[in-house]
Amino acid sequence: MSATGTFTPHPGAAPLPRMIRAQAALETRMLLRNGEQLLLTVIIPALLLVLFSAVDIVDTGSGKSVDFVAPGVLALAVMSTAFTGQAIATGFERRYGVLKRLGASPLPRWALMTAKTCSVLVTEVLQVVLVTVIAFALGWSPHGNPLAVLLLLVLGTAAFSGLGLLMAGTLKAEATLAAANLVFLLLLVGGGVIVPLEKFPGAARSVLELLPISALSDGLRDVLQHGAGMPWGDLGILAVWAVLGLGAAARWFRWE
Amino acid sequence: MRNEPAVEVVGLVKRYGAKTAVNGLDLSVARGTLTAVLGPNGAGKTTTIETCEGYRRPDAGTVRVLGLDPVADSAALRPRVGVMLQSGGVYPGARAEEMLRHTASLHAHPVDVDALVERLGLAACGRTAYRRLSGGQQQRLSLAMAVVGRPELVFLDEPTAGLDPQARHATWDLVRELRADGVTVVLTTHHMDEAEQLADDVAIVDGGKVIAQGSPERLCKGGAENTLRFGGRPGLDLGSLLKALPAQSAAVELTPGTYRVSGEVDPQLLATVTSWCAQNGVMPDRISVERHTLEDVFLELTGKELRA
Repeated sequence: MSATGTFTPHPGAAPLPRMIRAQAALETRMLLRNGEQLLLTVIIPALLLVLFSAVDIVDTGSGKSVDFVAPGVLALAVMSTAFTGQAIATGFERRYGVLKRLGASPLPRWALMTAKTCSVLVTEVLQVVLVTVIAFALGWSPHGNPLAVLLLLVLGTAAFSGLGLLMAGTLKAEATLAAANLVFLLLLVGGGVIVPLEKFPGAARSVLELLPISALSDGLRDVLQHGAGMPWGDLGILAVWAVLGLGAAARWFRWE
Repeated sequence: MRNEPAVEVVGLVKRYGAKTAVNGLDLSVARGTLTAVLGPNGAGKTTTIETCEGYRRPDAGTVRVLGLDPVADSAALRPRVGVMLQSGGVYPGARAEEMLRHTASLHAHPVDVDALVERLGLAACGRTAYRRLSGGQQQRLSLAMAVVGRPELVFLDEPTAGLDPQARHATWDLVRELRADGVTVVLTTHHMDEAEQLADDVAIVDGGKVIAQGSPERLCKGGAENTLRFGGRPGLDLGSLLKALPAQSAAVELTPGTYRVSGEVDPQLLATVTSWCAQNGVMPDRISVERHTLEDVFLELTGKELRA
């Protein structure tokens, strides 16, 4: 090869941190550009927060409504991004061959998953800031240990990501779209987000309490509303879901 | 190492359930060449290419790409191999230029993105979301993504499917330039003219096997004989011409004043005929070489009936 042309081979992967940064930035842009995703991750949580804090629709017990609703909406925000949003987006990426094509790029699969996680975390930070600002405007007075809150949010993200990716990697894209929205709706109602679990009959309640959304909203409420220490029980439930979900996703996720 | 083939497929078998997609396929691609894998729909082209790309594991046989195993050595191969899928591969909401820039950022020494965008006529739709691009624009973006990382080897699965003639020629020019710059190119197509125009080597695939492989010239020669026709005064004595021509050739006067020479029509034969004409004071008129096209060869080999 004497002369150097435009396409004279000079292959090589970019440095890993650069690839992951670029991929995470792209994934985040895709998410923020998608109207339906924004409805799910921003508008619905914000609306629920305002509506249920300002109007006494559900009896949320003693104290200000916002002190009960805000932790639930934080849990909902995590679920909407890590589970529903991620499942739908990844399902369609699989369907449109995006995952397949990226599989032929220098980006390793684990790095793609890392980038997806980064993009979920960035979105969650934006959501938490938004929810917190609105909640403060509504007179929220949170208590508790910020570390416990952070731990709950991280474990909750891991649990919901595992379940979302499991769904996206095994079902058809349309089925994922339908199922992820249905699960979102069911867990919104039955997961202690805005309706206290005490409203449910005892037998149903003991099952509902084991759901990841219940553990997350209950844990956040224990800390932020009641100023409890480490909510070990809820952290434990989330950890089990995280291990099961991520393990199953790793085992059964199909890239095409 | 430079002499080992870029792609070496031996006895590849790939089944999907009860259906055998590839059935003992052999293919060898020399480095720096452009190979066209030609065949009807369902012949096993895409399965073969995707096995080389590491997407599928062979049920039997071996596949080596740049001397490596496409599945086991995927991490080492991926930066060196460019891939254009038959369709899709891009986030529906990603803008054309954004996606190309992103793909470039995954490589250490990418091609200049602006120049590539310009070159493939993607500048006007650079800010358009992928799902709103025309089929041809999507194809060109996909091609650009395959070459932007300056790979040693590219696999292009039907790169010109659905393109209008201008876009098709732009793609051909780019593919020729890749080859000229030393990139090994493997493309699938069911356009004979594409294979004939571009390829150093053509592998005709049918029923999951390579049924013929060689340069377009050699494949075309392999079929029925080629012919040369010319017009002149009627009643020429062809005896002296036959003496001058190679042994297997024939010459006849088809109709008064129209002559046909058949045999291995090469430049030497043409020269022999024209110098014979000069010696006999004949001005050869409407001289034409009728070569078999790859299409003739293809249809001869794969049959003319429509496939289910």
